[in-house]
Formats: sequence, C-alpha cells, structure tokens
Amino acid sequence: MIEAILHYEFLQNAFLSGIIIGFIAPLLGVFIVVRRMSLIADALSHVTLAGITGGLLLNQHIAALAFFNPIYFGIAASILGSVLIERLRVLYKHFSELAIPIIMSCGIGLSAVFISLANGFTTDVMGYLFGTVSAVSRQDLWIIVAIAVIVLLFLTIFYKELFVLSFDEEYAKASGLPATMIHFLFMIIVALTIAASMRIVGILLVSSLITLPVAGAMRLSKGFKETLVYSVVFGEMAVIIGLILAFYLDLAPGGTIVVTSIAILIIVILCKKAVQKGAQQ
Amino acid sequence: MMKTPYVELKNVSFTYESNPVLNNVSLSVEEGDFLALIGPNGSGKSTLLKIILGLLKAKGEIKLFGEPISDFQHHEWIGYVSQKSNAFNSGFPATVKEVVQSGLTKKAGLFKPMPKDAKQKVMEALKAVGMEKFINRRIGELSGGQQQRVFIARALISEPKLLVLDEPTVGVDIKHVQSFYDMLSELNKKHHLTIILVTHDIEAPFNQISHVAFLNQRILFYGSIDEYNLLPKEQIYQWYGHSVRAV
Ligand SMILES: Nc1ncnc2c1ncn2[C@@H]1O[C@H](COP(=O)(O)OP(=O)(O)OP(=O)(O)O)[C@@H](O)[C@H]1O
Ligand SMILES: [Mg+2]
Repeated sequence: MIEAILHYEFLQNAFLSGIIIGFIAPLLGVFIVVRRMSLIADALSHVTLAGITGGLLLNQHIAALAFFNPIYFGIAASILGSVLIERLRVLYKHFSELAIPIIMSCGIGLSAVFISLANGFTTDVMGYLFGTVSAVSRQDLWIIVAIAVIVLLFLTIFYKELFVLSFDEEYAKASGLPATMIHFLFMIIVALTIAASMRIVGILLVSSLITLPVAGAMRLSKGFKETLVYSVVFGEMAVIIGLILAFYLDLAPGGTIVVTSIAILIIVILCKKAVQKGAQQ
Repeated sequence: MMKTPYVELKNVSFTYESNPVLNNVSLSVEEGDFLALIGPNGSGKSTLLKIILGLLKAKGEIKLFGEPISDFQHHEWIGYVSQKSNAFNSGFPATVKEVVQSGLTKKAGLFKPMPKDAKQKVMEALKAVGMEKFINRRIGELSGGQQQRVFIARALISEPKLLVLDEPTVGVDIKHVQSFYDMLSELNKKHHLTIILVTHDIEAPFNQISHVAFLNQRILFYGSIDEYNLLPKEQIYQWYGHSVRAV
C-alpha cells in the first residue's frame, strides 16, 4: 500500500485530500450537529452537485472553459445555496425547515437537467456522486488544502463565539456578540467544506462524513472539546480505512468510507451499552 | 453631582405583531439599586428585559450607562439569566466548566483568546452558586435547578455591573433559593452590584430589595421598598386582579 502511494501521484492526491477532509468535515460537523443543521449540509451538497454538473456542461460546450475546474462552480453554487437557505429561513420564520426541501429539490432538479443535457460525462458524474480515488488531480488537492486552511483559521479565530452561538443563541445576542455576522460566515464555511469533501466522498455522502463521526463522538464525550477530538479521530479512521478498502476492492470510496463510519458508530454504541451494563452490575 | 443611571427608559412602547405589550414605560435604575420587577403573567416583564438587553427593538428612549442603546458596546457589563435558560438542547455535549467559561466571551473580546485565569474565575463563579463539585459534569446531566445555578454562574463570571435576572429561582429548591437571595444581597451590598430581578416569588428577599416596580403593560407603581410596603394590600390585589380580567 505504502509503496503504491509513493509510486502513484493519483493515490497521493486521494490520500492527502482524504486525510485533510477527514479532519475538517467532522470538526465543522460538531458545530453543525449541535446546532441541528445536519439537513442543511445535505441540502447544500445537492446544490453543489448542480454547480458541478453545470460546470461540466460548460466545459463541454464552451471551449474557453474546457479546462476550468468544475469544483469552482460547485463552490459558487454551494455558497449561493447557503445564502438562499438563510433568506428562506427568515421568510418562513415559523417553518424554517421548509428552506431545506426547497433548496434541496432545486439542487437535484438542476443537476438532473444538466446531466441529461450532456450525456457524455457519466463516469465524471459517478465520481462526483460517490467519490473517487483515481480522479483527484493535483489541482483538486490544492483547492482542498486552501479550503482547509480557511476553515481551520475560521474555527480557531471564532471558537469561543461559535461555542456561545451554538449553545445559546439568545445569550450570544444578549452578550452583544456579532451573532448574525458569525452565523453568515459559518454558513459560507460549511459551503466550502462541502465543496471540498465532495471530491473524495461524493456529493451524496458528504453529509455522512460531517455527521456520523459526531454521532459517535457525542456518545463518548463529556465536554465540547472532547467531542471535537473524538469526532476527528473517528473521521480520520473512516477515511483512511475506507480509502484503503476502495483501492484494493476497486469500490467507490464514498461508499467504503460511509460504511466504515457506520461500523465505527455501531461499535461505539455497543461498547457504550456494554460499559453502562457493566457499571450497573 | 448626579450619577448617570445604569438603565434609563423614557416612554418605551412595544408591540408584538399586533399585540401591544408595553405602553409608555419609563423607569430608571441607578448604581447600587436592587429592583424587583413584579406583575402578573403576560404583563410584559420578560419583554421589558429583552428590550433592555437589545434583543428586541422598541419605540422610545433607552439609555444604558448613559449611552443610547444603539451606541452601547459594553454588553459584558450586563449579566443575564433568561427565564428559559434551561430550555437548551439537553443532549448538548458541553461541561459545566465550558458553559460557565463561555460567559467570558464578550469580555475577552473578538479575535482574542480566553484570559489565562479563566479556569480560576470559573471556579469562583461556581463556588458563588455552590456548584463547584459539578465543574466537570455534562450540563444536560444536571437537574433543572442545578442548571439554573450554572447559568447564574455564567452571568456572574464576567463581573458585571448590572445583573438582569428573569425568574432565576424557578425550579430551585427552598434551601438554595434562600442562599441564592443571600448571595444576591451580598453582591448588591458589598460589591455594589446593581440588580434587576423579575420574580413571582412571594418569598423573595423583600427586606433586601431597594426598589419595586409593578408592571402591567404600563408601570402601575414604582418606588422604594418602604413605599411599597406602605401600599394597602387591597391595592396590590386589585392590580393583579385587574390584569386577570384583562387577560
Ligand atoms: N414572541 C412573541 N410573539 C408574540 N407575542 C408574544 C411573544 N412573547 C410574548 N408575547 C406576548 O407578550 C405579552 C408579554 O409577554 P412577557 O413574556 O413579556 O410576559 P411576562 O410578564 O414575562 O410573563 P410571565 O410572568 O408569564 O413570565 C404576553 O401577552 C405574551 O403573550
Ligand atoms: Mg416572563
């Protein structure tokens, strides 16, 4: 395995990207989950797909854009989607979850239209849907590195404000924290993370890498910092084991990573149960 | 020399959608005051506190520490315990320490880390409410009354000049209610902490309070505790009764 990684650039790209994403997606995921925004992540990933398929279509038809990485369209769509979701949440104040199906169907609908307009990129689309080990380019890797730097800077700089905002939004506002501004930045960061993760795990499975490690972590941890640590550990385990399985068994990495995450989650839940039983006896 | 009041309201009115809640409320709270804000359910007490905290925008003139509320920046001077502070998601993975420490966020400032003595301050604030043994417990695993005391510690940790409490003792047992009120009056007397307390508590420390305001959409009474004690009981019952009919 190590030999193969040293030998093939595409494998280096896939593993490095995977390790980076296995770190930032669950880290941000903790904030997403405790703020009950997991479904928003799902909606955004579908919007990202619309951006990417739109980008692929433009690649095909406009010569000047032929080498323009469709990830950029995905990022733009995702950010636009996050802004729209916020708008809709304000508009439907008392049914704010309505924003999610609206944006989600928008994303899927547009993707379906773009995919059927261009019937020549099925394998590309498969890669974006379920992830890929072989098609991650050096350029993709650099984009992922740049996004990771932005996400980590944001989380470090605003950690204490994000904690207050997640735990108690009214208190955050009453304390005079710029809650609206931080929330807006947070949504953009979520959009960026989704766009970055999609290359490896695929659009349909991004939200599982954001939520499953956190679900396991919350069963074990007492505090917030602990939850962050466990989530990253579980995320990295899922990505690394998942990528190795994908490589050897020639499967879509999105699938193997998510299946590994679910296995980890089940093990955590069972262990916790066993420990609790033991404590009771 | 006149001192600037900590809170000064002039003709403040507020309407939720089409439902008028406050009508020309004028009130001032000065340094060292311990004001009990009382009134029947739905009389607008929580709403008034939210207006003072800047959570709701109202008509009229509002000044905090002498500054119009729109220019006011020093929210760390105000500690707040809301009426439903323990309505948070009880599965939230945070320890008591993390929750109390988060009360320092505004004081520490944007782009700055928590102060180095944060841990020690958390300990002091928890001691003040008798919760120091629970410092490493998960917040959702405490009882309602214990959670409430943690939220009081979160409000105290930034050493505010003004403490705003909305029925803080709901769910707290008698023994701790008493020690909580003792703590408030000590903070008020020894440390000159100014306090606005919304309460339905008949047991409230009426001998330690300095002023009383009776609110029912408008201020029906405002005066010192001595003036309040001189009011005929029928008068107070009438104010409550009146509102019951209005509701
Ligand atoms: N979010 C809201 N939207 C619309 N009306 C509201 C809202 N919150 C409160 N009200 C109304 O405003 C009035 C005042 O409410 P408020 O919570 O300030 O009362 P309160 O004096 O704190 O009552 P309690 O003693 O029950 O806490 C009530 O009639 C209530 O129905
Ligand atoms: Mg109230």
